[in-house]
Amino acid sequence: MGGFLRRHKRVIPYLLLAPGLLWLIAFYVVPGFQMFMTSLWSGTLETGYEFALSNVSNYTEALTRYWPQFSRSILYGAAATLLTFAISYPLAYTIAFRGGRFKNLLLFLVVAPFFTSFLLRTISWKIILGDTGILLGPLKEIGLLPAEFQLLATPIAVVAGITYNFLPFMTLPIYVSLEKIDKRLVEAAEDLFATSIGAFRRITFPLSLPGVFAGSLLTFIPAMGDYINAELLGNPQTTMIGNVIQNQFLTQNNYPTASALSFILMAGILLAVAVYARLLGTDELAGGA
Amino acid sequence: MAATRTPQVGTPLTRPSPSISERFVRFWNHYLLFIYTGFAIVYLMAPVAVMALFSFNDPAGKSNFVWQGFTLDAWQNIFAVPGLEGAVGISLGIAIASTVVATTLGTLIALALARHDFRGRGGTNLFIFLPMATPEIVLGASLLTLFVAIGAPPFFPLSFITILIAHIMFNISFVVVTVRARLSGFPTHLEEAAMDLGANELTTFRKITFPLILPGVMAAGLLAFSLSIDDFVITNFTAGGTVTFPMFIYAKARIGIPPQVNVVGTIIFLSAVGLVAISTIASRRQAMRDEAMARRHATEAANAADAA
Repeated sequence: MGGFLRRHKRVIPYLLLAPGLLWLIAFYVVPGFQMFMTSLWSGTLETGYEFALSNVSNYTEALTRYWPQFSRSILYGAAATLLTFAISYPLAYTIAFRGGRFKNLLLFLVVAPFFTSFLLRTISWKIILGDTGILLGPLKEIGLLPAEFQLLATPIAVVAGITYNFLPFMTLPIYVSLEKIDKRLVEAAEDLFATSIGAFRRITFPLSLPGVFAGSLLTFIPAMGDYINAELLGNPQTTMIGNVIQNQFLTQNNYPTASALSFILMAGILLAVAVYARLLGTDELAGGA
Repeated sequence: MAATRTPQVGTPLTRPSPSISERFVRFWNHYLLFIYTGFAIVYLMAPVAVMALFSFNDPAGKSNFVWQGFTLDAWQNIFAVPGLEGAVGISLGIAIASTVVATTLGTLIALALARHDFRGRGGTNLFIFLPMATPEIVLGASLLTLFVAIGAPPFFPLSFITILIAHIMFNISFVVVTVRARLSGFPTHLEEAAMDLGANELTTFRKITFPLILPGVMAAGLLAFSLSIDDFVITNFTAGGTVTFPMFIYAKARIGIPPQVNVVGTIIFLSAVGLVAISTIASRRQAMRDEAMARRHATEAANAADAA
Protein backbone atom coordinates (compact mmCIF):
# COMPACT_ATOMS: atom_id res chain seq x y z
CA MET A 1 0.00 0.00 0.00
CA GLY A 2 2.83 2.36 0.87
CA GLY A 3 4.33 1.68 -2.53
CA PHE A 4 1.07 2.40 -4.30
CA LEU A 5 0.66 5.68 -2.42
CA ARG A 6 4.20 6.76 -3.28
CA ARG A 7 3.64 6.05 -6.94
CA HIS A 8 0.25 7.79 -7.07
CA LYS A 9 0.65 10.76 -4.76
CA ARG A 10 -2.10 12.71 -6.47
CA VAL A 11 -4.64 10.06 -5.47
CA ILE A 12 -4.10 10.55 -1.72
CA PRO A 13 -6.40 13.57 -1.17
CA TYR A 14 -9.21 11.88 -3.08
CA LEU A 15 -8.80 8.72 -0.99
CA LEU A 16 -9.01 10.84 2.16
CA LEU A 17 -12.08 12.67 0.93
CA ALA A 18 -13.98 9.72 -0.51
CA PRO A 19 -15.62 8.11 2.54
CA GLY A 20 -16.86 11.33 4.12
CA LEU A 21 -17.96 12.96 0.90
CA LEU A 22 -19.76 9.81 -0.24
CA TRP A 23 -21.64 9.82 3.07
CA LEU A 24 -22.64 13.45 2.56
CA ILE A 25 -23.67 12.81 -1.04
CA ALA A 26 -25.77 9.80 -0.07
CA PHE A 27 -27.43 11.38 2.96
CA TYR A 28 -27.42 15.12 2.19
CA VAL A 29 -27.47 15.61 -1.59
CA VAL A 30 -29.59 12.61 -2.57
CA PRO A 31 -32.25 13.38 0.11
CA GLY A 32 -32.39 16.93 -1.26
CA PHE A 33 -33.17 15.57 -4.74
CA GLN A 34 -35.65 13.11 -3.31
CA MET A 35 -37.40 15.90 -1.44
CA PHE A 36 -37.68 17.84 -4.68
CA MET A 37 -39.22 14.81 -6.41
CA THR A 38 -41.56 14.24 -3.46
CA SER A 39 -42.70 17.87 -3.60
CA LEU A 40 -44.06 17.11 -7.08
CA TRP A 41 -46.04 14.08 -6.00
CA SER A 42 -49.78 13.86 -5.76
CA GLY A 43 -51.85 11.38 -3.78
CA THR A 44 -51.85 10.19 -0.20
CA LEU A 45 -50.11 7.55 1.87
CA GLU A 46 -53.17 5.26 1.46
CA THR A 47 -53.74 5.61 -2.29
CA GLY A 48 -50.07 5.77 -3.22
CA TYR A 49 -48.16 8.68 -4.78
CA GLU A 50 -47.71 9.73 -8.37
CA PHE A 51 -45.07 12.04 -9.77
CA ALA A 52 -46.08 14.74 -12.27
CA LEU A 53 -44.56 18.08 -13.19
CA SER A 54 -48.04 19.59 -13.14
CA ASN A 55 -47.97 19.10 -9.37
CA VAL A 56 -45.96 22.30 -9.19
CA SER A 57 -49.30 23.58 -7.92
CA ASN A 58 -48.24 21.98 -4.60
CA TYR A 59 -45.95 24.96 -4.22
CA THR A 60 -48.47 27.69 -4.94
CA GLU A 61 -51.06 26.00 -2.74
CA ALA A 62 -48.61 25.56 0.13
CA LEU A 63 -47.44 29.15 -0.15
CA THR A 64 -50.92 30.69 -0.16
CA ARG A 65 -52.27 28.39 2.52
CA TYR A 66 -49.36 28.76 4.92
CA TRP A 67 -48.38 32.35 4.18
CA PRO A 68 -49.20 33.48 7.76
CA GLN A 69 -46.74 30.94 9.15
CA PHE A 70 -44.09 31.92 6.62
CA SER A 71 -44.40 35.61 7.41
CA ARG A 72 -44.37 34.84 11.14
CA SER A 73 -41.15 32.83 10.73
CA ILE A 74 -39.51 35.73 8.94
CA LEU A 75 -40.76 38.23 11.53
CA TYR A 76 -39.82 36.18 14.59
CA GLY A 77 -36.50 35.16 13.05
CA ALA A 78 -35.62 38.77 12.24
CA ALA A 79 -36.73 40.05 15.65
CA ALA A 80 -34.74 37.37 17.45
CA THR A 81 -31.68 38.10 15.30
CA LEU A 82 -31.85 41.81 16.17
CA LEU A 83 -32.24 41.01 19.86
CA THR A 84 -29.33 38.56 19.90
CA PHE A 85 -27.25 41.28 18.26
CA ALA A 86 -28.28 43.89 20.86
CA ILE A 87 -27.51 41.50 23.73
CA SER A 88 -24.36 39.98 22.25
CA TYR A 89 -22.45 43.01 21.06
CA PRO A 90 -21.75 44.67 24.44
CA LEU A 91 -21.09 41.23 25.91
CA ALA A 92 -18.60 40.25 23.21
CA TYR A 93 -17.05 43.73 23.41
CA THR A 94 -16.51 43.49 27.16
CA ILE A 95 -14.96 40.05 26.92
CA ALA A 96 -12.70 40.97 24.00
CA PHE A 97 -11.53 44.40 25.21
CA ARG A 98 -11.93 44.36 28.99
CA GLY A 99 -11.81 40.64 29.77
CA GLY A 100 -8.14 40.70 30.80
CA ARG A 101 -7.15 37.46 32.46
CA PHE A 102 -10.79 36.48 32.89
CA LYS A 103 -11.33 36.37 29.14
CA ASN A 104 -11.43 32.59 28.86
CA LEU A 105 -13.53 32.20 31.99
CA LEU A 106 -16.10 34.73 30.74
CA LEU A 107 -16.20 33.07 27.34
CA PHE A 108 -16.73 29.73 29.04
CA LEU A 109 -19.58 31.15 31.14
CA VAL A 110 -21.26 32.38 27.95
CA VAL A 111 -21.05 28.96 26.29
CA ALA A 112 -21.61 26.74 29.34
CA PRO A 113 -25.44 26.99 29.44
CA PHE A 114 -25.53 25.43 26.01
CA PHE A 115 -24.03 22.21 27.32
CA THR A 116 -27.52 21.30 28.53
CA SER A 117 -30.34 20.01 26.43
CA PHE A 118 -31.97 22.55 24.12
CA LEU A 119 -35.37 21.21 25.15
CA LEU A 120 -34.68 21.42 28.88
CA ARG A 121 -33.50 25.02 28.53
CA THR A 122 -36.68 25.91 26.72
CA ILE A 123 -38.82 24.14 29.31
CA SER A 124 -36.95 26.13 31.99
CA TRP A 125 -38.08 29.32 30.24
CA LYS A 126 -41.59 27.97 30.39
CA ILE A 127 -41.21 27.74 34.18
CA ILE A 128 -39.57 31.19 34.45
CA LEU A 129 -42.11 32.98 32.23
CA GLY A 130 -45.15 31.16 33.67
CA ASP A 131 -48.17 33.27 34.65
CA THR A 132 -47.37 32.98 38.36
CA GLY A 133 -43.74 31.98 37.87
CA ILE A 134 -40.47 33.28 39.27
CA LEU A 135 -40.54 36.43 37.14
CA LEU A 136 -44.20 37.45 36.95
CA GLY A 137 -45.40 36.08 40.29
CA PRO A 138 -43.62 38.61 42.54
CA LEU A 139 -44.40 41.52 40.17
CA LYS A 140 -48.09 40.64 40.28
CA GLU A 141 -47.96 40.20 44.03
CA ILE A 142 -46.78 43.76 44.61
CA GLY A 143 -49.29 45.03 42.07
CA LEU A 144 -46.84 46.20 39.40
CA LEU A 145 -48.59 44.00 36.85
CA PRO A 146 -52.26 43.16 36.47
CA ALA A 147 -53.16 39.61 37.44
CA GLU A 148 -54.19 38.65 33.92
CA PHE A 149 -50.86 39.75 32.38
CA GLN A 150 -49.05 36.92 30.67
CA LEU A 151 -45.87 36.31 28.72
CA LEU A 152 -46.12 32.59 28.17
CA ALA A 153 -48.15 31.64 25.10
CA THR A 154 -47.50 35.02 23.48
CA PRO A 155 -45.25 35.98 20.54
CA ILE A 156 -42.96 37.72 23.06
CA ALA A 157 -42.19 34.41 24.77
CA VAL A 158 -41.50 32.72 21.42
CA VAL A 159 -39.11 35.46 20.29
CA ALA A 160 -37.46 35.51 23.73
CA GLY A 161 -36.96 31.74 23.61
CA ILE A 162 -35.45 31.86 20.12
CA THR A 163 -33.22 34.77 21.18
CA TYR A 164 -31.92 32.85 24.16
CA ASN A 165 -31.39 29.56 22.39
CA PHE A 166 -29.38 30.97 19.50
CA LEU A 167 -27.44 33.63 21.41
CA PRO A 168 -23.98 32.01 21.22
CA PHE A 169 -24.24 31.86 17.42
CA MET A 170 -24.17 35.66 17.53
CA THR A 171 -21.85 36.25 20.50
CA LEU A 172 -19.00 33.98 19.39
CA PRO A 173 -18.50 35.32 15.83
CA ILE A 174 -18.68 38.93 17.08
CA TYR A 175 -16.18 38.09 19.83
CA VAL A 176 -13.81 36.49 17.31
CA SER A 177 -13.88 39.51 15.01
CA LEU A 178 -13.46 41.98 17.91
CA GLU A 179 -10.63 39.93 19.37
CA LYS A 180 -8.75 40.10 16.05
CA ILE A 181 -8.78 43.91 15.96
CA ASP A 182 -5.33 45.41 16.45
CA LYS A 183 -5.80 47.49 19.62
CA ARG A 184 -3.16 49.94 18.36
CA LEU A 185 -5.61 51.11 15.70
CA VAL A 186 -8.01 52.28 18.41
CA GLU A 187 -5.16 53.88 20.34
CA ALA A 188 -3.96 55.63 17.19
CA ALA A 189 -7.44 57.02 16.60
CA GLU A 190 -7.57 58.33 20.17
CA ASP A 191 -4.07 59.80 19.85
CA LEU A 192 -5.38 61.61 16.81
CA PHE A 193 -8.04 63.15 19.05
CA ALA A 194 -10.93 60.93 18.09
CA THR A 195 -13.48 60.66 20.91
CA SER A 196 -14.09 57.20 22.32
CA ILE A 197 -17.41 57.18 20.50
CA GLY A 198 -15.77 58.35 17.30
CA ALA A 199 -13.06 55.69 17.54
CA PHE A 200 -15.70 53.05 18.14
CA ARG A 201 -17.88 54.25 15.28
CA ARG A 202 -15.10 54.58 12.73
CA ILE A 203 -12.62 51.86 13.77
CA THR A 204 -13.94 49.18 16.08
CA PHE A 205 -17.45 48.77 14.76
CA PRO A 206 -16.59 48.65 11.04
CA LEU A 207 -13.81 46.12 11.75
CA SER A 208 -16.23 43.91 13.69
CA LEU A 209 -18.82 43.84 10.90
CA PRO A 210 -17.68 40.48 9.44
CA GLY A 211 -18.49 38.95 12.83
CA VAL A 212 -21.86 40.70 12.95
CA PHE A 213 -22.60 39.49 9.44
CA ALA A 214 -21.63 35.87 10.18
CA GLY A 215 -23.47 35.97 13.52
CA SER A 216 -26.66 37.29 11.95
CA LEU A 217 -26.73 34.51 9.38
CA LEU A 218 -25.85 31.83 11.93
CA THR A 219 -28.72 33.07 14.10
CA PHE A 220 -31.31 33.86 11.46
CA ILE A 221 -31.11 30.53 9.60
CA PRO A 222 -31.85 28.24 12.57
CA ALA A 223 -34.23 30.84 14.07
CA MET A 224 -36.38 30.87 10.96
CA GLY A 225 -36.47 27.07 10.77
CA ASP A 226 -37.13 26.60 14.48
CA TYR A 227 -40.38 25.23 15.78
CA ILE A 228 -39.54 24.06 19.31
CA ASN A 229 -39.82 27.54 20.85
CA ALA A 230 -43.12 28.20 19.11
CA GLU A 231 -44.35 24.79 20.22
CA LEU A 232 -43.33 25.02 23.88
CA LEU A 233 -43.62 28.76 24.57
CA GLY A 234 -46.26 29.87 22.09
CA ASN A 235 -49.91 29.27 21.32
CA PRO A 236 -51.75 28.05 18.20
CA GLN A 237 -51.61 31.61 16.83
CA THR A 238 -47.82 31.78 17.01
CA THR A 239 -47.00 28.70 14.91
CA MET A 240 -44.09 29.06 12.54
CA ILE A 241 -43.38 27.30 9.27
CA GLY A 242 -41.37 24.65 11.10
CA ASN A 243 -44.47 23.65 13.08
CA VAL A 244 -46.39 23.19 9.83
CA ILE A 245 -43.63 21.17 8.18
CA GLN A 246 -43.26 18.84 11.14
CA ASN A 247 -47.03 18.44 11.46
CA GLN A 248 -47.53 17.74 7.75
CA PHE A 249 -44.66 15.25 7.70
CA LEU A 250 -45.08 13.39 10.94
CA THR A 251 -48.77 13.66 11.79
CA GLN A 252 -50.63 14.20 8.51
CA ASN A 253 -48.21 12.13 6.38
CA ASN A 254 -48.75 14.76 3.70
CA TYR A 255 -45.28 14.35 2.20
CA PRO A 256 -45.79 16.37 -1.01
CA THR A 257 -47.01 19.55 0.74
CA ALA A 258 -44.42 19.20 3.50
CA SER A 259 -41.61 18.79 0.95
CA ALA A 260 -42.80 21.81 -1.00
CA LEU A 261 -42.86 23.82 2.24
CA SER A 262 -39.32 22.71 3.13
CA PHE A 263 -38.13 23.74 -0.31
CA ILE A 264 -39.78 27.14 -0.03
CA LEU A 265 -38.14 27.58 3.41
CA MET A 266 -34.74 26.72 1.96
CA ALA A 267 -35.31 29.11 -0.96
CA GLY A 268 -36.45 31.84 1.44
CA ILE A 269 -33.32 31.45 3.50
CA LEU A 270 -31.05 31.54 0.46
CA LEU A 271 -32.88 34.66 -0.72
CA ALA A 272 -32.53 36.33 2.67
CA VAL A 273 -28.81 35.50 2.68
CA ALA A 274 -28.37 36.98 -0.79
CA VAL A 275 -30.34 40.16 -0.02
CA TYR A 276 -28.53 40.61 3.27
CA ALA A 277 -25.11 40.10 1.70
CA ARG A 278 -25.95 42.70 -0.93
CA LEU A 279 -27.33 45.27 1.49
CA LEU A 280 -24.56 44.96 4.02
CA GLY A 281 -21.87 44.50 1.41
CA THR A 282 -22.60 47.67 -0.60
CA ASP A 283 -23.52 49.73 2.46
CA GLU A 284 -20.35 48.71 4.19
CA LEU A 285 -18.18 49.55 1.19
CA ALA A 286 -19.75 52.99 0.87
CA GLY A 287 -19.63 53.69 4.61
CA GLY A 288 -16.05 52.55 5.01
CA ALA A 289 -14.67 54.89 2.34
CA MET B 1 -16.08 68.30 14.70
CA ALA B 2 -12.76 66.95 13.52
CA ALA B 3 -11.69 70.45 12.50
CA THR B 4 -12.25 71.97 15.94
CA ARG B 5 -10.11 69.27 17.50
CA THR B 6 -7.18 69.75 15.14
CA PRO B 7 -4.34 71.14 17.30
CA GLN B 8 -3.06 74.55 16.31
CA VAL B 9 0.49 74.75 15.14
CA GLY B 10 2.70 75.87 17.98
CA THR B 11 0.37 74.85 20.79
CA PRO B 12 1.51 71.88 22.88
CA LEU B 13 -0.17 68.56 22.01
CA THR B 14 -2.54 68.07 24.92
CA ARG B 15 -5.79 66.19 24.96
CA PRO B 16 -8.89 68.35 25.07
CA SER B 17 -10.58 68.12 28.45
CA PRO B 18 -13.29 65.46 28.45
CA SER B 19 -16.81 66.55 27.61
CA ILE B 20 -19.84 65.21 29.46
CA SER B 21 -20.45 62.55 26.84
CA GLU B 22 -16.80 61.54 27.06
CA ARG B 23 -17.13 61.21 30.80
CA PHE B 24 -20.22 59.08 30.35
CA VAL B 25 -18.34 56.87 27.93
CA ARG B 26 -15.56 56.44 30.48
CA PHE B 27 -18.05 55.55 33.18
CA TRP B 28 -19.65 53.17 30.73
CA ASN B 29 -16.31 51.60 29.93
CA HIS B 30 -15.24 51.20 33.52
CA TYR B 31 -18.40 50.14 35.27
CA LEU B 32 -21.49 49.68 33.17
CA LEU B 33 -19.96 47.17 30.76
CA PHE B 34 -19.06 44.91 33.66
CA ILE B 35 -22.42 45.31 35.33
CA TYR B 36 -24.05 44.53 32.00
CA THR B 37 -21.86 41.45 31.54
CA GLY B 38 -22.83 40.27 35.01
CA PHE B 39 -26.51 40.57 34.15
CA ALA B 40 -25.96 38.84 30.82
CA ILE B 41 -24.32 35.88 32.53
CA VAL B 42 -27.15 35.65 35.05
CA TYR B 43 -29.60 35.69 32.13
CA LEU B 44 -27.63 32.97 30.34
CA MET B 45 -27.37 30.79 33.43
CA ALA B 46 -30.94 31.27 34.68
CA PRO B 47 -32.53 28.38 32.74
CA VAL B 48 -29.72 26.03 33.79
CA ALA B 49 -30.21 27.04 37.41
CA VAL B 50 -33.96 26.49 37.12
CA MET B 51 -33.39 23.09 35.52
CA ALA B 52 -31.07 22.04 38.37
CA LEU B 53 -33.40 23.50 41.01
CA PHE B 54 -36.42 21.63 39.70
CA SER B 55 -34.50 18.35 39.87
CA PHE B 56 -35.01 18.74 43.64
CA ASN B 57 -38.68 19.55 43.30
CA ASP B 58 -41.31 17.29 44.79
CA PRO B 59 -44.12 17.63 42.25
CA ALA B 60 -46.36 15.40 44.41
CA GLY B 61 -48.20 13.91 41.49
CA LYS B 62 -48.56 17.26 39.71
CA SER B 63 -46.57 18.43 36.71
CA ASN B 64 -43.09 19.72 37.42
CA PHE B 65 -43.78 23.38 36.52
CA VAL B 66 -44.46 24.82 39.98
CA TRP B 67 -42.20 24.54 43.01
CA GLN B 68 -43.87 22.30 45.59
CA GLY B 69 -41.13 21.31 48.03
CA PHE B 70 -37.60 20.01 48.34
CA THR B 71 -36.80 16.34 47.94
CA LEU B 72 -33.81 14.20 46.96
CA ASP B 73 -36.19 11.57 45.65
CA ALA B 74 -35.44 12.11 41.95
CA TRP B 75 -31.69 11.96 42.55
CA GLN B 76 -32.01 8.75 44.52
CA ASN B 77 -34.33 7.05 42.03
CA ILE B 78 -33.13 8.40 38.70
CA PHE B 79 -34.52 5.58 36.62
CA ALA B 80 -37.80 5.18 38.48
CA VAL B 81 -39.56 6.76 35.49
CA PRO B 82 -40.43 4.08 32.94
CA GLY B 83 -38.66 4.55 29.61
CA LEU B 84 -36.07 7.07 30.80
CA GLU B 85 -33.24 4.57 31.26
CA GLY B 86 -33.80 3.09 27.80
CA ALA B 87 -33.94 6.54 26.20
CA VAL B 88 -30.70 7.66 27.85
CA GLY B 89 -29.04 4.38 26.81
CA ILE B 90 -30.12 4.79 23.17
CA SER B 91 -28.94 8.41 23.13
CA LEU B 92 -25.54 7.44 24.54
CA GLY B 93 -25.18 4.60 22.04
CA ILE B 94 -26.04 6.81 19.07
CA ALA B 95 -23.81 9.62 20.35
CA ILE B 96 -20.79 7.32 20.79
CA ALA B 97 -21.24 5.52 17.46
CA SER B 98 -21.91 8.68 15.44
CA THR B 99 -18.99 10.47 17.11
CA VAL B 100 -16.55 7.68 16.23
CA VAL B 101 -17.66 7.43 12.59
CA ALA B 102 -18.11 11.17 11.96
CA THR B 103 -14.82 12.07 13.64
CA THR B 104 -12.97 9.53 11.49
CA LEU B 105 -14.59 10.58 8.21
CA GLY B 106 -14.37 14.30 9.04
CA THR B 107 -10.71 14.13 10.10
CA LEU B 108 -9.78 12.47 6.80
CA ILE B 109 -11.53 15.27 4.87
CA ALA B 110 -9.83 17.92 7.03
CA LEU B 111 -6.42 16.31 6.33
CA ALA B 112 -7.10 16.39 2.60
CA LEU B 113 -8.20 20.04 2.73
CA ALA B 114 -5.39 21.29 4.95
CA ARG B 115 -2.47 19.18 3.75
CA HIS B 116 -3.07 18.55 0.06
CA ASP B 117 -3.59 20.61 -3.02
CA PHE B 118 -6.04 19.06 -5.42
CA ARG B 119 -8.59 19.94 -8.05
CA GLY B 120 -11.96 20.75 -6.55
CA ARG B 121 -10.61 21.97 -3.22
CA GLY B 122 -12.65 25.20 -3.23
CA GLY B 123 -15.79 23.31 -4.21
CA THR B 124 -15.22 20.81 -1.41
CA ASN B 125 -14.87 23.65 1.10
CA LEU B 126 -18.19 25.10 0.00
CA PHE B 127 -19.86 21.70 -0.03
CA ILE B 128 -18.72 21.01 3.55
CA PHE B 129 -20.25 24.32 4.63
CA LEU B 130 -23.70 23.60 3.12
CA PRO B 131 -25.07 21.07 5.66
CA MET B 132 -24.22 23.52 8.47
CA ALA B 133 -26.14 26.29 6.70
CA THR B 134 -29.22 24.14 6.13
CA PRO B 135 -31.94 24.36 8.80
CA GLU B 136 -32.18 21.18 10.84
CA ILE B 137 -35.80 20.71 9.90
CA VAL B 138 -34.88 20.57 6.19
CA LEU B 139 -32.07 18.08 6.88
CA GLY B 140 -34.43 15.84 8.82
CA ALA B 141 -37.34 16.19 6.44
CA SER B 142 -35.28 15.43 3.33
CA LEU B 143 -33.79 12.31 4.94
CA LEU B 144 -37.31 11.19 5.81
CA THR B 145 -38.45 11.57 2.18
CA LEU B 146 -35.44 9.49 1.07
CA PHE B 147 -36.07 6.74 3.59
CA VAL B 148 -39.78 6.63 2.74
CA ALA B 149 -39.02 6.55 -1.00
CA ILE B 150 -36.58 3.64 -0.58
CA GLY B 151 -39.12 1.90 1.64
CA ALA B 152 -36.91 -1.11 2.44
CA PRO B 153 -34.58 -2.15 5.29
CA PRO B 154 -32.30 -0.94 6.74
CA PHE B 155 -33.77 2.47 5.85
CA PHE B 156 -37.43 1.73 6.33
CA PRO B 157 -39.02 1.23 8.76
CA LEU B 158 -37.13 3.97 10.60
CA SER B 159 -34.93 2.75 13.45
CA PHE B 160 -31.77 3.19 15.47
CA ILE B 161 -29.85 2.82 12.18
CA THR B 162 -31.60 5.71 10.42
CA ILE B 163 -30.96 8.00 13.41
CA LEU B 164 -27.30 6.99 13.33
CA ILE B 165 -27.06 7.71 9.58
CA ALA B 166 -28.53 11.17 10.15
CA HIS B 167 -26.29 12.00 13.10
CA ILE B 168 -23.13 10.97 11.25
CA MET B 169 -24.25 13.15 8.33
CA PHE B 170 -24.76 16.38 10.29
CA ASN B 171 -21.65 15.82 12.43
CA ILE B 172 -19.15 15.40 9.58
CA SER B 173 -19.04 19.10 8.65
CA PHE B 174 -18.55 20.23 12.25
CA VAL B 175 -15.64 17.80 12.63
CA VAL B 176 -14.03 18.98 9.39
CA VAL B 177 -14.23 22.63 10.45
CA THR B 178 -12.83 21.96 13.94
CA VAL B 179 -9.91 19.75 12.84
CA ARG B 180 -9.05 21.98 9.90
CA ALA B 181 -8.86 25.00 12.21
CA ARG B 182 -6.28 23.13 14.29
CA LEU B 183 -4.27 22.00 11.24
CA SER B 184 -4.14 25.41 9.60
CA GLY B 185 -2.10 26.68 12.56
CA PHE B 186 0.73 24.26 11.86
CA PRO B 187 3.23 24.61 9.03
CA THR B 188 3.96 21.48 7.00
CA HIS B 189 7.71 21.52 7.60
CA LEU B 190 7.57 18.92 10.39
CA GLU B 191 6.02 16.42 8.00
CA GLU B 192 8.48 17.38 5.27
CA ALA B 193 11.39 16.85 7.67
CA ALA B 194 10.11 13.38 8.58
CA MET B 195 9.76 12.46 4.92
CA ASP B 196 13.26 13.79 4.19
CA LEU B 197 14.56 11.54 6.97
CA GLY B 198 13.12 8.57 5.14
CA ALA B 199 9.78 8.02 6.88
CA ASN B 200 6.99 6.88 4.58
CA GLU B 201 3.52 8.48 4.48
CA LEU B 202 2.00 6.17 7.07
CA THR B 203 4.88 6.53 9.54
CA THR B 204 4.87 10.30 9.09
CA PHE B 205 1.16 10.36 9.77
CA ARG B 206 1.46 8.13 12.83
CA LYS B 207 4.44 9.88 14.37
CA ILE B 208 4.01 13.51 13.32
CA THR B 209 0.63 14.50 11.91
CA PHE B 210 -1.61 12.50 14.21
CA PRO B 211 -0.06 13.72 17.50
CA LEU B 212 -0.26 17.27 16.12
CA ILE B 213 -3.95 17.10 15.29
CA LEU B 214 -4.96 14.99 18.28
CA PRO B 215 -6.21 17.95 20.40
CA GLY B 216 -8.26 19.13 17.41
CA VAL B 217 -9.66 15.63 16.87
CA MET B 218 -10.58 15.38 20.56
CA ALA B 219 -12.31 18.77 20.46
CA ALA B 220 -14.18 17.74 17.32
CA GLY B 221 -15.21 14.48 18.96
CA LEU B 222 -16.50 16.33 22.01
CA LEU B 223 -18.48 18.71 19.79
CA ALA B 224 -19.91 15.83 17.73
CA PHE B 225 -20.88 13.96 20.88
CA SER B 226 -22.68 16.95 22.39
CA LEU B 227 -24.47 17.78 19.11
CA SER B 228 -25.62 14.18 18.79
CA ILE B 229 -26.80 13.65 22.34
CA ASP B 230 -28.81 16.91 22.26
CA ASP B 231 -30.32 16.61 18.80
CA PHE B 232 -34.07 16.58 18.69
CA VAL B 233 -35.28 17.98 15.35
CA ILE B 234 -33.40 15.71 12.94
CA THR B 235 -33.87 12.72 15.24
CA ASN B 236 -37.62 13.32 15.39
CA PHE B 237 -37.81 12.90 11.60
CA THR B 238 -35.63 9.80 11.40
CA ALA B 239 -36.51 7.90 14.57
CA GLY B 240 -39.81 6.16 13.88
CA GLY B 241 -40.63 4.42 17.16
CA THR B 242 -37.15 4.72 18.68
CA VAL B 243 -37.09 7.08 21.67
CA THR B 244 -33.90 9.02 22.42
CA PHE B 245 -33.42 11.18 25.51
CA PRO B 246 -34.47 14.46 23.79
CA MET B 247 -37.49 12.69 22.28
CA PHE B 248 -38.40 11.43 25.72
CA ILE B 249 -38.28 15.01 27.04
CA TYR B 250 -40.38 16.27 24.15
CA ALA B 251 -43.02 13.61 24.66
CA LYS B 252 -43.31 14.64 28.32
CA ALA B 253 -43.00 18.40 27.75
CA ARG B 254 -46.73 19.04 27.39
CA ILE B 255 -47.80 17.25 30.54
CA GLY B 256 -44.75 18.28 32.56
CA ILE B 257 -41.47 16.42 32.67
CA PRO B 258 -40.65 14.28 35.71
CA PRO B 259 -37.84 15.70 37.92
CA GLN B 260 -35.70 12.69 36.97
CA VAL B 261 -35.28 14.25 33.50
CA ASN B 262 -33.88 17.37 35.20
CA VAL B 263 -31.49 15.12 37.11
CA VAL B 264 -30.17 13.62 33.87
CA GLY B 265 -29.95 17.10 32.32
CA THR B 266 -28.02 18.39 35.32
CA ILE B 267 -25.65 15.42 35.20
CA ILE B 268 -25.00 16.01 31.48
CA PHE B 269 -24.35 19.71 32.17
CA LEU B 270 -21.97 19.01 35.06
CA SER B 271 -20.04 16.34 33.14
CA ALA B 272 -19.59 18.65 30.15
CA VAL B 273 -18.45 21.53 32.33
CA GLY B 274 -16.14 19.19 34.28
CA LEU B 275 -14.62 17.77 31.09
CA VAL B 276 -13.89 21.22 29.70
CA ALA B 277 -12.45 22.37 33.04
CA ILE B 278 -10.19 19.31 33.30
CA SER B 279 -8.91 19.65 29.75
CA THR B 280 -8.28 23.39 30.23
CA ILE B 281 -6.35 22.81 33.45
CA ALA B 282 -4.40 19.93 31.89
CA SER B 283 -3.39 21.97 28.85
CA ARG B 284 -2.43 24.95 31.05
CA ARG B 285 -0.27 22.68 33.24
CA GLN B 286 1.33 21.25 30.11
CA ALA B 287 2.06 24.75 28.84
CA MET B 288 3.57 25.74 32.20
CA ARG B 289 5.70 22.57 32.25
CA ASP B 290 6.90 23.28 28.71
CA GLU B 291 7.80 26.82 29.67
CA ALA B 292 9.64 25.73 32.81
CA MET B 293 11.54 23.14 30.78
CA ALA B 294 12.49 25.72 28.16
CA ARG B 295 13.64 28.11 30.87
CA ARG B 296 15.76 25.41 32.54
CA HIS B 297 17.39 24.48 29.25
CA ALA B 298 18.10 28.13 28.59
CA THR B 299 19.69 28.60 32.04
CA GLU B 300 21.73 25.43 31.64
CA ALA B 301 22.92 26.59 28.25
CA ALA B 302 23.80 29.98 29.67
CA ASN B 303 25.65 28.36 32.59
CA ALA B 304 27.53 26.11 30.23
CA ALA B 305 28.47 29.10 28.11
CA ASP B 306 29.66 30.97 31.22
CA ALA B 307 31.73 27.97 32.33
CA ALA B 308 33.33 27.78 28.93
